Amino acid sequence: MATTLKINGTSHQVDLPDDVPLLWVLRDEVGLTGTKFGCGVASCGACTVHIDGEAVRSCQVALSDVWGDVTTIEGVGTPDAMTTIQQAWVDHQVAQCGYCQSGQIMQAATLLAENPTPTDADIDDAMQGNLCRCGTYPRIRAAIHDAAAKLKEA
Amino acid sequence: MARIGKILRRTFLIGSAAIVGGVAFGAYYVSRPAANPLKPKEGEAALNPFILIDQKGVTLFAPRAEMGQGVQTTWAALIAEELDVDLDKITVLHGPAAAAYYNSALVGEGLPNKGYDITNFQHNLGEALGVLGKVLSLQVTGGSTSMKDGFERMRQAGASARETLKRAAANRLGVDPSELQTASGHVIAPNGSQIAYTELAVDAAGLEPVDVPLRDPSEWRYLGQTQPRLDMVEKATGTAEFGVDVRLPGMKYASVRMNPKLGGAMNGYDDSAATSLPGVEKIVDLGTGVAVIANNTWLAIQAVEAIDVDWGDAPYPPETDGIFAKIAEAFDGSPNSTMRDDGDVGTLPAGATEVTAEYQVPYLAHATMEPMNATALYSGDALELWCGNQAPTLIQFRAANTANLETEAVQIHTTYLGGGFGRRGELDFGEIATKVAMAMPGTPVQTTWSREEDMRHDYFRPGAIARMRGAVQDGTAVLIDGKLASQSCTQQAVERYTGMPGAGPDKVLVEGFFNQPYAVPNYRMSGHIADLAIPVGFWRSVGNSHNGFFHETFVDEMAHAAGRDPLEFRLELMKNEHAPSAGCLEAVREMSGWIGNKPDGVGRGVAFTYSFGTPVAQVIEVVDEDGTIRINKAWIACDMGLALDPENVKAQMFGGMMYGLSAACYGEITFSEGEVEQYNFPDYDAIRMHTAPQVEVRVLETNRHMGGAGEPGTPPSMPALGNALFDLTGKRARTLPLNTQFDLLI
Repeated sequence: MATTLKINGTSHQVDLPDDVPLLWVLRDEVGLTGTKFGCGVASCGACTVHIDGEAVRSCQVALSDVWGDVTTIEGVGTPDAMTTIQQAWVDHQVAQCGYCQSGQIMQAATLLAENPTPTDADIDDAMQGNLCRCGTYPRIRAAIHDAAAKLKEA
Repeated sequence: MARIGKILRRTFLIGSAAIVGGVAFGAYYVSRPAANPLKPKEGEAALNPFILIDQKGVTLFAPRAEMGQGVQTTWAALIAEELDVDLDKITVLHGPAAAAYYNSALVGEGLPNKGYDITNFQHNLGEALGVLGKVLSLQVTGGSTSMKDGFERMRQAGASARETLKRAAANRLGVDPSELQTASGHVIAPNGSQIAYTELAVDAAGLEPVDVPLRDPSEWRYLGQTQPRLDMVEKATGTAEFGVDVRLPGMKYASVRMNPKLGGAMNGYDDSAATSLPGVEKIVDLGTGVAVIANNTWLAIQAVEAIDVDWGDAPYPPETDGIFAKIAEAFDGSPNSTMRDDGDVGTLPAGATEVTAEYQVPYLAHATMEPMNATALYSGDALELWCGNQAPTLIQFRAANTANLETEAVQIHTTYLGGGFGRRGELDFGEIATKVAMAMPGTPVQTTWSREEDMRHDYFRPGAIARMRGAVQDGTAVLIDGKLASQSCTQQAVERYTGMPGAGPDKVLVEGFFNQPYAVPNYRMSGHIADLAIPVGFWRSVGNSHNGFFHETFVDEMAHAAGRDPLEFRLELMKNEHAPSAGCLEAVREMSGWIGNKPDGVGRGVAFTYSFGTPVAQVIEVVDEDGTIRINKAWIACDMGLALDPENVKAQMFGGMMYGLSAACYGEITFSEGEVEQYNFPDYDAIRMHTAPQVEVRVLETNRHMGGAGEPGTPPSMPALGNALFDLTGKRARTLPLNTQFDLLI
């Protein structure tokens, strides 16, 4: 039975079993590979996407349970039209291997939407579910503060 | 007409080749230490990078994999520095088998082959390793060698290309090349008119390439300056392609289960519960494991887990205790190496105080963020393989053997690596993907491992034990006698890659142990190899990863036994031995405001390791917050000799430190009934945002040689943290991980 999902503003008909996690719908069916597979058990955050603006681990949301509009990293901004937060990531040269950074940015975007002036403690709370084995945390923190400042000016 | 792929392997020294609509420049020169027998000897190498210039612009063929260390940006800067092109105008392509090259037909093949004989090199290497003669080039991203390696070669390639393009312009204009200038991808005539390199490429292809001296560093515009990483925008927008992101028309998705009793046989399996699961297209018998090909990775994982497999036993003791007993047994035999033996360690100097300690560290997984994977397309007489890897020529050789094809029939496409750390220098993920794709000829199949499969089928950093004996007198160290026992990554890897047993003194086993710049008059360091069949491999900083902990925890114990400040104790032993190393200690002393004491509830530790040509000192501060210990701050000083991209060096230094702190705090691979007990990040955690310290890095440039950046940040982090915990609590950590001994913030 086909399920209809709205992803980055576009409707997609998906013909997969109900229990397939959203992550694998996005990656293997819809072809949106910016959302990454890291652990499959919601302990690394690499698969973070937004459902109705809320950051969720897409490896834990079954296809039949997707309750709203899905936004992935591809829907946030593109190389030619990056959002403020992505630009902050580039300005602070955050990424090393880069594999976790889609999830980091999606998580940070929700943080900034809910809390436009996060403290270091707020960043610790919001970002601790997102693992980075390269250890880019100091620059992620700096980029979030910078993006917050720029969004405030805007 | 030869294809570029062939030229890539044949071009050495400074050469050029015509391609359709353009010209390719290759440069060949390298000198690097032969610490690892898998690496070429001094003055030898087997790499052949390329600059391609055609109507589309300038392309760098980067023979080093981008796994986060920024190598491709800095290699592009090395070329741009001499070639006079804007850095952001250079296209960087991965790997020797990049599609763009294979699709370009050659016009001619007029290659000079001066000064260097590949056959001779292969012969020597083959002798050194037993076999490997068939391997055309040993291309490995590892050992923190990329900048040392590329520094001369890339600039020479750029300079040669620039001068050859100038000569082509001179011929066209009827002037002497000395009258011409170059800037931003153009040759500038005396009258100010400009000719683009892209326009001159075809002419240049017909000329003998020009060899010129390199520019003086005082003229540099890019090198020594921080450059924006060329891969940063892709990585901030989800558009960077990792191995697991490869998508091909008609592609299928597979997952795999190999024997969790590592190296054991597969006695049989029952797949009846798997075949009828949704999406399943084929069950593949891999001999020592099973795979499922499906129309979705997750469905493949579900199905492969539903197969009931009868696994044979592991060829090593089934429990961790038995494994470490076997490692300890290695002390009973004669050492594999004693690479330092100064003075007389047999006699305790009169009046000296003896200090002894035994240390032990566990096996560790690499745990790259991107689980192991590769995508293969087998067509019967050819194979294409897409993956993030650190050794494309080796993986090509292995895939060819697996598919019973000539090496030339295998094309390797190297994507970005979602973490390497040494794991992606192994060949297993490529071999497995090859076998899976061979079960479905003509269809591309991506084989992705679950995190659990990845965690439990690593080539682990080996567990190790050190027995240390030392003596202090009059406030200084007068004797260090260290013995180390561990499996040998090097010997096992040689056997894995070549089929021949590795032999000889293993320097990698004792790096960070015997070669530290302390002036101790009686100083002997020996390495004992434990005979165990657990798969082990190269984990970021390799031998230094355990030896840094052993050596620097022991030096700390000696400092306390001598009643001295641990930083001053080290500095005194170091300052006449190696000034750049002492300079790193002085730098962290100043940066951290180290005064030898600190407030209640705060602990500080210092450690130092010289590895990969780079001395690194670290001070780590821990704080007690209502009984929970948090790593608060870290200060790092390194001496690179020459830092080609200072901010990128800083990123590697603090990243390397975080990787070490993750292992020090939480990292432990243990065994039960022959199987790894850790499955996923909940039982193999790492430093996270809230547990990561604030960090400050200082990059010094006084050392006589350019050092590596990717690994030297890792070794001193673990002892620096352990020493800080001792300072805070009075409890000495002689084993890792620390979370089993201290109430660390999690």
